[in-house]
Amino acid sequence: MSHGTYRTVFLAFVAMAAGLPAAAQDASPQLQPQRIRELVHLVRQDCGSCHGLTLQGGLGPALTAPALRDKPRESLVATILGGRPGTPMPPFRGIVAEDEAAWIVDRLAEGFPADPGASR
Amino acid sequence: MLHLIVKYMWWIVPVLLLSACATPQPTLRGTGDLGVVIERATGQVQVIETSGRKSLAQVSGLGDLSHASVVFSRDGRYAYVFGRDGGLTKVDLLTATIAGRILQAGNSIGGAVSQDGRLVVAQNYEPGGIKAFDADTLALVADVPADYGAEGKRSKVVGLADLPGSRFIYSLFDANEIRVTDLSDPKNPKTERYPAGKQPYDALVTPDGRYYIAGLFGEDGLSMLDLWQPAQGVRTILPGYGRGEQALPVYKMPHLRGWAVAAGRAYLPAIGRHEVLVVELGSWKEVARIPVKSQPVFVMARPDGREVWVNFAFPDNGWMQVIDTFTNRLLDTFQPGRAILHLEFTPKGEAVWISARDDNKVAIYDTATRRKLAELPAASPSGIFFTSRAFRTGF
Repeated sequence: MSHGTYRTVFLAFVAMAAGLPAAAQDASPQLQPQRIRELVHLVRQDCGSCHGLTLQGGLGPALTAPALRDKPRESLVATILGGRPGTPMPPFRGIVAEDEAAWIVDRLAEGFPADPGASR
Repeated sequence: MLHLIVKYMWWIVPVLLLSACATPQPTLRGTGDLGVVIERATGQVQVIETSGRKSLAQVSGLGDLSHASVVFSRDGRYAYVFGRDGGLTKVDLLTATIAGRILQAGNSIGGAVSQDGRLVVAQNYEPGGIKAFDADTLALVADVPADYGAEGKRSKVVGLADLPGSRFIYSLFDANEIRVTDLSDPKNPKTERYPAGKQPYDALVTPDGRYYIAGLFGEDGLSMLDLWQPAQGVRTILPGYGRGEQALPVYKMPHLRGWAVAAGRAYLPAIGRHEVLVVELGSWKEVARIPVKSQPVFVMARPDGREVWVNFAFPDNGWMQVIDTFTNRLLDTFQPGRAILHLEFTPKGEAVWISARDDNKVAIYDTATRRKLAELPAASPSGIFFTSRAFRTGF
């Protein structure tokens, strides 16, 4: 995908997130576009080293929308923040804030956006 | 006669010239200074040349290359690229084309080539096990599931390496075992099992093929099998290296290969600690533990063994450190770029190629001066693999 395409996808995504009426977002946290970009990159690239760039799984399980369908939102947020002792899943508390973890879980549930690339 | 040729056959000269232009003769060349750079986000590889420090071509259509790894045919012409999605692609480095491609599993992590070069073996997470393919045709010749327990579960396989005699050694992440499968008769694979430590995450075989060392995620220590005396079973080396302290969160699993061996010792990443552990081969005595910047991922000796270069896990993955193996002290600490994912030394080690994923570049350094020699653009580069791996056991 070219840089331009990435940008289009990213802008469309931001516009979508910003344009939705507050009620439809169901309390999904509001984040700054710059931070959204960083989080998408983090999930795709660094979570991706265990879960795969496509989030189809690897050492860690798949994080695709169908794979997460039956998992409660709260427990997924808790897993991101606190990790899963006894498994290689580390805690990300201190790297992502609680509302950011919730935002990641909400995006995973609807199919995670493409990586727009690292911030300049 | 000549008159007739000139009169009626005049066209033959331009036609010959034209056909020569249409199918240019490729320049003859060797492959000893070739390699590939994985462009992980776009499913492409670059074919590169270390002598000219340049990119020769790009090959696309290789699928999901997050965590891709590469082994080479023993003539150094073909790269076998293992993709995360279970794709196995045979890339012809001379023509920069795909010579064969199969989807061999749901989720794959890497591979190895047999001593005689005839078999390419994949290690798979899903379904867990190893599969062997004909190196020429990529036809499946053996399927060895990593089954364990009474319920027919299959373990993720890590740490695959070739051994002399068409044998392959690997570790079972979920089953705490090391296995050796003999594929000298691929229709009748014979597997030996050795109980090992908890949650092996990767492993190495020493360059002489004697010792297999598996790193453990689940305990402080490593599992070692002496392949010259396999009846002695697995022994734990560096037991309790964490000194009972709480391990730090691990954001990236380290990688192990025969490159860890230098000056008669192994330089090993400590899991969940900011340390490189140094152990003497054979006596397995701890020689040193070297404090480093963060959690090591690749701890890689220059081919002469005099220096060991180290990169680190997220979020400190912009750093690189160099250890002098004569003094076991740090020589240098520097930042080659953002998100340093991998490094590869040229065959004799005068230069090292370093991938900086978030800067979309590969940086080439002189290892004697640690001065940057060149940079090549690459889209989200990860693994860098040179054909000199073709001749090394365990690569």
